[in-house]
Amino acid sequence: MEVSIKVNGKSYERDIEARTLLVDFIREDLGLTGTNVGCDTTQCGSCTVHMNGAAVKSCTVLAVQADGASIATIESLASDGELHAMQQAFTDKHGLQCGFCTPGMIMTAVKLVESHPDISEDDIRHGLEGNLCRCTGYENVVRAVAEGARLFDPHSPWEMEPAEHKITLREAERRARERSGA
Amino acid sequence: MTTTQRAFGSSVRRLEDARFITGQGRYTDNLTQPGMAHMVVLRSPYAHADITGFDASEALGMPGVVGVFNGQDMADAGFGAMPCAWVVPDSDTKTPAYPPLAIGRVRFVGDAVAIVIAETDAQARDASYAIDVTYDTLDVVVNGREATQDDASLVHDEVANNQCFHWTVSGGEVEAAFENADVVVAETIVNQRLIPTAMEPRAVLARWDSAMGEVTMWSTSQIPHITRFLMSLVTPVPEHKIRVVAPDVGGGFGSKLANYPEENMSVFAAQQVGRPVKWTETRSENFLGTIHGRDHIADVELAAKSDGTVLGLRAQTWANLGAYLSTASTGVPTILHGLMLSGAYNIPAIHEDVYGVFTNTTPVSAYRGAGRPEATFMVERMMDLLANELSMDPVELRRKNLIEPFTDGHEVATGLIYDTGNYEPALDQALKMYGYEEARKQQTAARAKGRLVGIGVTTYAEICGLGPSEVAGAVGFGGGLWESAIVRFHPTGKVQLMVGVSPHGQGEETTFAQIVADQLGVMVEDVDVVHSDTALTPMGWGSYGSRTTPVASGAIMGAIEQLKEKGTKIAAHLLEAAEEDVEFADGLFSVKGSPEQGKTIQDIALAANTAWSMPDGVDPGFEAAAFFDPSNFVFPFGTHIAQVEVDPETGEIDFQRYVAVDDCGPIINPMIVEGQIQGGIAQGAAQALWEGAHYDDQGNLLSGSLMDYAIPKAEFLPKFELGKTETPTDVNPLGVKGIGETGTIASTPTVYNAVMDALAPLGVQQIDMPLTPERVWRAIGDASKGGK
Repeated sequence: MEVSIKVNGKSYERDIEARTLLVDFIREDLGLTGTNVGCDTTQCGSCTVHMNGAAVKSCTVLAVQADGASIATIESLASDGELHAMQQAFTDKHGLQCGFCTPGMIMTAVKLVESHPDISEDDIRHGLEGNLCRCTGYENVVRAVAEGARLFDPHSPWEMEPAEHKITLREAERRARERSGA
Repeated sequence: MTTTQRAFGSSVRRLEDARFITGQGRYTDNLTQPGMAHMVVLRSPYAHADITGFDASEALGMPGVVGVFNGQDMADAGFGAMPCAWVVPDSDTKTPAYPPLAIGRVRFVGDAVAIVIAETDAQARDASYAIDVTYDTLDVVVNGREATQDDASLVHDEVANNQCFHWTVSGGEVEAAFENADVVVAETIVNQRLIPTAMEPRAVLARWDSAMGEVTMWSTSQIPHITRFLMSLVTPVPEHKIRVVAPDVGGGFGSKLANYPEENMSVFAAQQVGRPVKWTETRSENFLGTIHGRDHIADVELAAKSDGTVLGLRAQTWANLGAYLSTASTGVPTILHGLMLSGAYNIPAIHEDVYGVFTNTTPVSAYRGAGRPEATFMVERMMDLLANELSMDPVELRRKNLIEPFTDGHEVATGLIYDTGNYEPALDQALKMYGYEEARKQQTAARAKGRLVGIGVTTYAEICGLGPSEVAGAVGFGGGLWESAIVRFHPTGKVQLMVGVSPHGQGEETTFAQIVADQLGVMVEDVDVVHSDTALTPMGWGSYGSRTTPVASGAIMGAIEQLKEKGTKIAAHLLEAAEEDVEFADGLFSVKGSPEQGKTIQDIALAANTAWSMPDGVDPGFEAAAFFDPSNFVFPFGTHIAQVEVDPETGEIDFQRYVAVDDCGPIINPMIVEGQIQGGIAQGAAQALWEGAHYDDQGNLLSGSLMDYAIPKAEFLPKFELGKTETPTDVNPLGVKGIGETGTIASTPTVYNAVMDALAPLGVQQIDMPLTPERVWRAIGDASKGGK
């Protein structure tokens, strides 16, 4: 089947098998291997991407369902060599060990803090229920997400287009300074 | 170059993170090779059956199919049975053949029957469904204790009573201890089967170079060097023609500590089809085909005097090994379990009989903690039962029996000599952090209102940092346990460190760089740690048993010392000074008394690499290789405390607090150590509360997916409160002990005992793990029926 899917700001026209999962389209057809596959029952969340601005598990979406959609993967978060605030927060707070769940965690976390202006620890723990990590015991993942939330302004208007869909650490710190009146 | 803060002891942000947070992790399944084909494994749906027919003709005609092979094909090509690399002496161990693809008979659900090679993974999978295999089913055994009974069916015809081995540890006068006891407590303790569930499923990519007769195999492995060694023994490819690479590995926890059938199948398939072949496990396959952990049933008795002095411990343990022996299977329930039954205590007499048992289940081997969690749970549970029996505070009982501080070795009844220890300060710190006395008062008040609040306390010691090679040989481990390192300075002063160990998430690319930076005065960022590629790294024995840092750091330090010596010689030559007048600090070689005259280590690296002017008798180049074999294991220790509240109406457990004070000696990177402890606690608490593999009596794994097997989510866990003491070991130059498994080892009994403490007013003493709400609710109901 013919599909046209925009991934990380670039449109791809492909002829694919109807049963192709979005995650396989991303990994196999486009060679974007940052999105990982950790299970086959939609539990682990390693494959989380943004689809039309929402965090979705790309192992549970057929590529044909994404026809016409705009997808953002972990590869699109950093820009011009500068990390997204959430990426920075994950390394600053040691929110990862083996790194396998990390792209999905970060993609979920970005949407989580975006939808929770004043996010609490409880919000974070519940908000991550669809993302499994076996290494960290979640403690530092939670700290990382809280730090990421602190670093970027959740009230800022967010665009769905991946090119707009990011805030750099420097920008986050600028906004944080603004908010605190410094 | 001077540094304002020592790299050693700093929470340096991890160097390896850069690739993981940006989606550039180099996991095996991300790799491709030109012309690559895909492999899918057809697995047995029956736990025990004879294969009476095999017809792949339809599958062979399907789109994209390149080949279909079965066990006989592999055997004909010279691929032998999977190696068992650990046979414990004096245990009469049986090692029945474990063919990578079943020949004639399957012995567990998930046993590999055939492989399909096709252009795409989906085509291979489609074709696997079209293979017509006929089975004659046989009787099935799944329970490790029942399997030893005379009427149990046999997993291997040649292994009577399914008994793989009978191993005994015995020290002190056990009979006398029990005869002289004022009190004996007894319990049957089940350490249920767990499924490791590293987030990255296993994967293999094999490339065969027929002209050179060489294999390159990328694999999700904790042990590339061991895998190369073992594969050379059971495949037609000699060791020097095998290159094993474990690129980024997404967690292991022991489940990637084996030469697995799929590795050998992939090499075989690549040879057969003349193309690179990749296999990637699905999660469902992982539940069936990757090793499981624990699965012990033990009858345990503890003898004591009425004042709480422990006199002896006696146990009979049935360790379910599954259908076949994985690489390290037999060492786990013996050496790593029975020898640790003294825990953190003076127990003058210990005796355990361990029966290793074959069943029609997935092979069982090392899962995080590997033997020590089972031992620690046994000891800690018995201590709480003893405290109950004597109406003693469980902390008081533990304190009374703790091993006194020692700096020069302490021998326990099992024959182990612990390296160094000072257990009481960790206990005191944990009690203080938690506010133990106040918490007991609050518990009393809560109980008066009918609330079920419980506190669990564990004081533990564990064995890791495996270990002296001489001991490895003596206990039947089929290899050494030393480590190696090469420290190489490039001409520009940047450093490459090559190690034989294989970190797979624990952060040693950073930790090891910190050691080099600290010792040689270079920047952490200037050190590149190379690991997990047999072609690029010196021989080493892999990452498991919390050995990576304690053992490899010894080798790294050895190489560093050589470079300091060589650098001093070169600096003396360049500075026209006597060698004994040159000192080295913070990356600068200088003449004593005149530090302004000096050569940086980068100057020396350039001088040695160009070799325009070298002192007499000193070779060019600035690199050193060293090997290190530790003189003993290391024995980290600590105290953990958990607090829970049980809802009497629903049996639900509110996991409220967790305090952990651990001692792993001097800490290289506190942030990384805390991360290891936190992750470990989560896995151990999960055994107490949520996780358990469950088979039906036909050997079907009912908990065979992440929908059915409950690994913890973020919302399940409380915030962990961590403290530390630092007692250096004397078995390696930096004094460091392993920290990868302590959290898992200590937290299972801590959380379990907390729940049992909560239920104590109802008279509940035993519930099988995991403590699901249903089981707890039923136990509460049964207790109240009993008149409580």
